Amino acid sequence: MLRYSLKRLLSLIVSLAVASVVIFAVIEVAPGDPASFMLGVNAQEDTLAALRAELGLDVPKVQRYFDWIGGLLVGDFGTSYTYRTPVAQMIADRMWVSLPLALYALALSTLIAFPAGIYAAARRGKPGDVAVMGATQLGVAVPNFWFAMMLVLIFAINLRWFGAGGFAGWDKGVWAGIHSLTLPAIALALPQAAILARVMRSALLDILGEDFMRTARAKGLTRRQALWRHGVRNALIPVLTILGLQFSFLLAGSIIIEQVFFLPGLGRLVFQAISSRDLIVVESVVMLLVFAVIMVNFLVDLAYALVDPRLRDRT
Amino acid sequence: MSLLEIRDLNLGIHSYDILKSVHLTVAPGEVVAVTGESGSGKSMTALAVMRLLPEAAHHSGSIRLDGTELLDLTEAQMCRLRGAAVGMVFQEPMTALNPVKTIGDQVMETILVHRAMTRERAEERAREVLTRVGLPPERFPLSRYPHELSGGQRQRVVIAMAIALRPKLLIADEPTTALDVTTQAQILDLLKGLVEEYGMGLLIITHDLAVVSDIADRITVMRYGEVVESGPTRRLFAEMRHPYTRMLFEASGHKVSLPPAPPPEPILSVEGVVRDYPLPRKLFRSQGHHRAVDHVSFALNRGERLGLVGESGCGKSTLTRALLGLEQVQAGRILLDGEPVFSGSRPNLAVRRKMQVVFQDPFGSFNPRHRVDRLITEPFHLLKAQPSGSERRDRIAEMLSAVGLSPDDAGKYIHEFSGGQRQRIAIARALIIRPELILFDEAVSALDVSVRAQILDLLAELCEAYNLTYLFISHDLSVVRTVTDRVLVMRAGQIVEQGETERVFSDPQHDYTRTLIAAAPVLPEIGALRA
Repeated sequence: MLRYSLKRLLSLIVSLAVASVVIFAVIEVAPGDPASFMLGVNAQEDTLAALRAELGLDVPKVQRYFDWIGGLLVGDFGTSYTYRTPVAQMIADRMWVSLPLALYALALSTLIAFPAGIYAAARRGKPGDVAVMGATQLGVAVPNFWFAMMLVLIFAINLRWFGAGGFAGWDKGVWAGIHSLTLPAIALALPQAAILARVMRSALLDILGEDFMRTARAKGLTRRQALWRHGVRNALIPVLTILGLQFSFLLAGSIIIEQVFFLPGLGRLVFQAISSRDLIVVESVVMLLVFAVIMVNFLVDLAYALVDPRLRDRT
Repeated sequence: MSLLEIRDLNLGIHSYDILKSVHLTVAPGEVVAVTGESGSGKSMTALAVMRLLPEAAHHSGSIRLDGTELLDLTEAQMCRLRGAAVGMVFQEPMTALNPVKTIGDQVMETILVHRAMTRERAEERAREVLTRVGLPPERFPLSRYPHELSGGQRQRVVIAMAIALRPKLLIADEPTTALDVTTQAQILDLLKGLVEEYGMGLLIITHDLAVVSDIADRITVMRYGEVVESGPTRRLFAEMRHPYTRMLFEASGHKVSLPPAPPPEPILSVEGVVRDYPLPRKLFRSQGHHRAVDHVSFALNRGERLGLVGESGCGKSTLTRALLGLEQVQAGRILLDGEPVFSGSRPNLAVRRKMQVVFQDPFGSFNPRHRVDRLITEPFHLLKAQPSGSERRDRIAEMLSAVGLSPDDAGKYIHEFSGGQRQRIAIARALIIRPELILFDEAVSALDVSVRAQILDLLAELCEAYNLTYLFISHDLSVVRTVTDRVLVMRAGQIVEQGETERVFSDPQHDYTRTLIAAAPVLPEIGALRA
């Protein structure tokens, strides 16, 4: 198990290094000079040069890469070109919205998907299964911003249980924060839950056909006991894979939902930074997201080994 | 009184009749074997007793266990019975255990699910039964996972689960079919011992008549869902009233007539071949190797039928892959007609043209989306001038006729054929480029005995008609004995004995060969039983 973890950790570090080079290179070769963008098309050549020097754009690219990486390692993400504030602070502020939102949505999605998937698998082909599968079909097909607008219409405008948007902030108490994230989390969770429930169901159905399920029944387990004791844990491997992918998506992919609910999250930050060629912010956020994705994959790998003893011995 | 009494059992799934008026009884302490070919309904009979049939199944008749009518019980009542009054052992030990649970948990589960004992007592009992089946906890702790055990050991765990609550009836569905002969002998001994010790009734389902004659007190022969004959083992083998029983028996011991062995003139020569696999690298240690093939040398003569026997893991599959030029060897040479089978970094195509292979699985070795004509002409890519048009059609027709099929079959898909017919198609595919050598890798192991006998006859005919050389790789000693001139016995990567087939079987020199031959169950001689 230790060897397995160390190996995963090593591959994590290598992935991060490779990712940082790729991100830096891609953003550097993208057209658009931040200095000329900030000063407009009529700027004087010497003013541009002065701004470039100030932003640190005049040093060689390799050196800029290492300056950037070195900064990242000690938590110095540089200074935003447009806002002239530390990028680290900007990201941290947004993280306090995006991370709780992603976790909240993931928890909701799991809470909906697991029971739904297991229920459907246990009643394969029966009305309960058909109903759940129909609902998930809808969940996959309908975009999450539509759910978002419906939720606002029903729960914010008609019932007035929640605010229609904006974020209360954590300093007014945990409850206020959670309250203002609830509708966006539900809107994000529904399509994810639909996918996850389908994966859970099909993974379980595969497992139900396995020989050891028949063995379990021959021992005297009821259908339900066999499903819970022998089926669910074996079905977790594909489910965990999807869960990992979904978390990564939720962290950065909630940009539309953030717009609908006026949330100051990471998605909006990236969107604004790209529009204003604030490359240093884009680089840092993308790097952070890559880090999050790779970390989640690492955790999923460790979770595999917890679920399946065969993986612990594999190197 | 009978422990298990099946009377007039009819079973259908949707509109198909699976079982027709089946009668069967098992007394306490008695071993009853149900035998027959695939589709005979023998496994369905076993599952009907467990009431573990597919949902669409409907049945009529009576199954009484110790006086209780099982067909009248509710599902909840059946759950209380399964594992407690009836235990069941299945064919595939590799997949019959849950991979994510320890063997201790899985054996204890049988006890705990019936609330028969406290946790501590259950653990105690699990140790007892695991010791009884030959897995003492000192060497096989309860915390082991199934993947840490061999196939035979896993089957012992499955048996331990089935007998943990001392059921009155044990049902074993092909319990040894997936195992090596020596392991098979041990498992059969174990089952026999358990029947004697616990006074259980044992209902054993097997297609292998030799196993049946070895273990059963009484035999029931089934065909197409019906019992064709049943009776005490000795009497049934002596009388064989039903022609189907006779046919099964004859097919099981089928002897083919081979053309005389040719003078020795090597076509394939294997010299000091070594094949190593790297083991997982351990930290701070140099890379280890597993030597799957260890300095193997032999010659295969033109026109000869050579057998290669050995148990799983002995290296025969690795050697086969090396012979086909699919893998590079670490030392030694493999020459076909004087040319290396592996050149540079890939198979030598000039040589591969002279060599074809037929695999075990008649279901998995064809692309289901291609028609037969395309399937059997696949080896054409090895030829410089690929036949086309009428020449191609003629070749296909000739090959299909040669293997006993009709030229019209060329337009069909593979799912339209039975297992035996598929194996004929596989042979046609091997034959179509007129190779000199054909490798048969367990090519008849998955077939029913009557089909196997026909395929073996076909092989004997073809080797004469097309002047072929065979290398016959199998774990089945009786097949190798009838279809080969010479045999190699392989163990742990080495050839431990080789010689003329009849000589090796009647007078084995190496201890391992003796063990193998002693472990293989044999069909009784009909004359001996009559006496």
